[in-house]
Amino acid sequence: MEATLPPAAPALGDARRGRNYARKYWMFTVPAAVVVAAVILFPWLFTLVMSVFDWKVSGNIYFVGMKNYVHLYEDSRFRWAVARTLYFTGLAVVFPMILGMWAAVCFATKFKLRGLARTLFILPMMATPVAIALVWTMMFHPQLGVLNYLLSVVGLPPASWVYQANTVIPTLVMVETWQWTPLIMLIVLGGIAGLPVDPYEAAIIDGASGWQMFRFITVPMVWPFIIVAAVMRLIDALKTFDTIFVITNGGPGTSSETINMLLYQTAFGYYDLGYASAQVLVFFIIIMAISIGLLRVRRMERWQ
Amino acid sequence: MTGGVEIVAGQAKKPATTGAYAQTRAVNPYRLRRWLGRLGLYLSVIFLVSPAILFFFWMFSLALKTELANTAYPPVFIPNPPTLANFVKVFADNDFLSYTINSVIVSFSATGLALLLGVPAGYGIAKSRATRAAVLILVARVTPGLSYLIPLFLVFQWLGLLGGYTPQIITHLVLTVPIVVWVMIGTFEALPVELEEAALVDGCNIWQAFRYVSVPLAKPGIVVGMILSFIFSWNNFIFGVVLAGRTTRTLPVAVYNMLTFEQISWGPLAAAALVVTAPVLLLTLLMQKEIVAGLTAGGVKGG
Repeated sequence: MEATLPPAAPALGDARRGRNYARKYWMFTVPAAVVVAAVILFPWLFTLVMSVFDWKVSGNIYFVGMKNYVHLYEDSRFRWAVARTLYFTGLAVVFPMILGMWAAVCFATKFKLRGLARTLFILPMMATPVAIALVWTMMFHPQLGVLNYLLSVVGLPPASWVYQANTVIPTLVMVETWQWTPLIMLIVLGGIAGLPVDPYEAAIIDGASGWQMFRFITVPMVWPFIIVAAVMRLIDALKTFDTIFVITNGGPGTSSETINMLLYQTAFGYYDLGYASAQVLVFFIIIMAISIGLLRVRRMERWQ
Repeated sequence: MTGGVEIVAGQAKKPATTGAYAQTRAVNPYRLRRWLGRLGLYLSVIFLVSPAILFFFWMFSLALKTELANTAYPPVFIPNPPTLANFVKVFADNDFLSYTINSVIVSFSATGLALLLGVPAGYGIAKSRATRAAVLILVARVTPGLSYLIPLFLVFQWLGLLGGYTPQIITHLVLTVPIVVWVMIGTFEALPVELEEAALVDGCNIWQAFRYVSVPLAKPGIVVGMILSFIFSWNNFIFGVVLAGRTTRTLPVAVYNMLTFEQISWGPLAAAALVVTAPVLLLTLLMQKEIVAGLTAGGVKGG
């Protein structure tokens, strides 16, 4: 757009100003760049440095080389946290993706009260996570919780929800699904809104069913949006903190202790900042590796 | 979408198939199929939206009931009569007024600073087409919030700032600056260049063209960035829980502390949760279109 500017201005007699337009715009970014350097770049670098030190908040700081990373490799608590995080993330990506795509297809259709329904649908995603986590906690209460009452109404035995090691992660996934399906819906809906009508008309004339149109027209055409939604969901699921922290705080025992929860414990429970920094770095590498892996899937899909 | 398309295409299809197929049946299969499609759509929407409706209904119900009704079994669903005692208790016993003020100070400052920094930055990036700068914002989004917190915590400790508002406001910039920059890049790229060009030709410098032409034109985008940045900041919990002092706690931290220190007293707890999240819910209800536009622009969320 502004590429048209430099030739235009000299024609009107001020060659110098014309030439400098493109160069001076970077000045607008200086204040933000300074702040970003201070609160985003600096912490990244500082984390890198801290991870090779035995760094306690109390003030004792010793250089230890790769010891934190070796410790991390041998630490079974960390390995379990990684496994739990992957388990949680896998479920917390799949369910919101399925429901979110379904919801996107529904909300792309015109129907009565669509605006209201959509607003209500996205409320869970906007609401303060701590507040909703609190209400879920009350709903999970074994004796007085409304969820076990609802189960008893339909004749099912009470569930242990977050109070047992084998049900706690699926239950947290349920909360996560409830909260983040709307974001998938919004991203996929944005893709569907830009689709042409013609392929659908042709498909209907050829007698395609609704499912066939979804599978063979909608999904391939909004595939880039689906991948973006999946990557966003993946990153957010890996980083989930507020709801797990409030609802279970990693418990019972350590059965819902994800990497992020362990990280919090190490840094602000045990104040072992060096070791926590090493965990941050490994965590970051895991996030990047999985995200890039998923983006590669997108490219492979395109080759076929 | 399938339903919407079906209506359009149905008019084309009807004459094509009626002769051979449809006349052999008593019920027009096209109409039956369309009717089933509508039914499926409505059932799907009800299935998908009801968890949100039931959840918030239950939240209101808990907040508006007496303690007796809240611990009753089977549960009481409709508060009868509804009481505001829980809200009174939250503000009287837990000093929620000062926590609300803290939240307002932190969120407003973090949002205001983000706009001051982010609007020009978005303009600069959009104009100089420095798309690589946008990658940094994406990486910032990938990084877990806790990883900023550990080094910043140390720095604030050295500076002796822990417990005040400053550390909270500064760390909230981690959330608010990227979202504002992100929204503003898109906004400024979409603006028509002609008006700004005219201003430059008439002798404005680039700062004046930005200040008096582009910024007024970009107002809708600025509103989107402001709302999202405010919501991310308001909802943030993790920074406050580490950095806030006893008197500078924001609402999410305060309500979490209620959970840990007060044994089950559901009415006030639900009322407090509602107070915390009410501004965000109201904003969502009122500004839904802007929020959706901003979120779908990059699928960005704070954290």
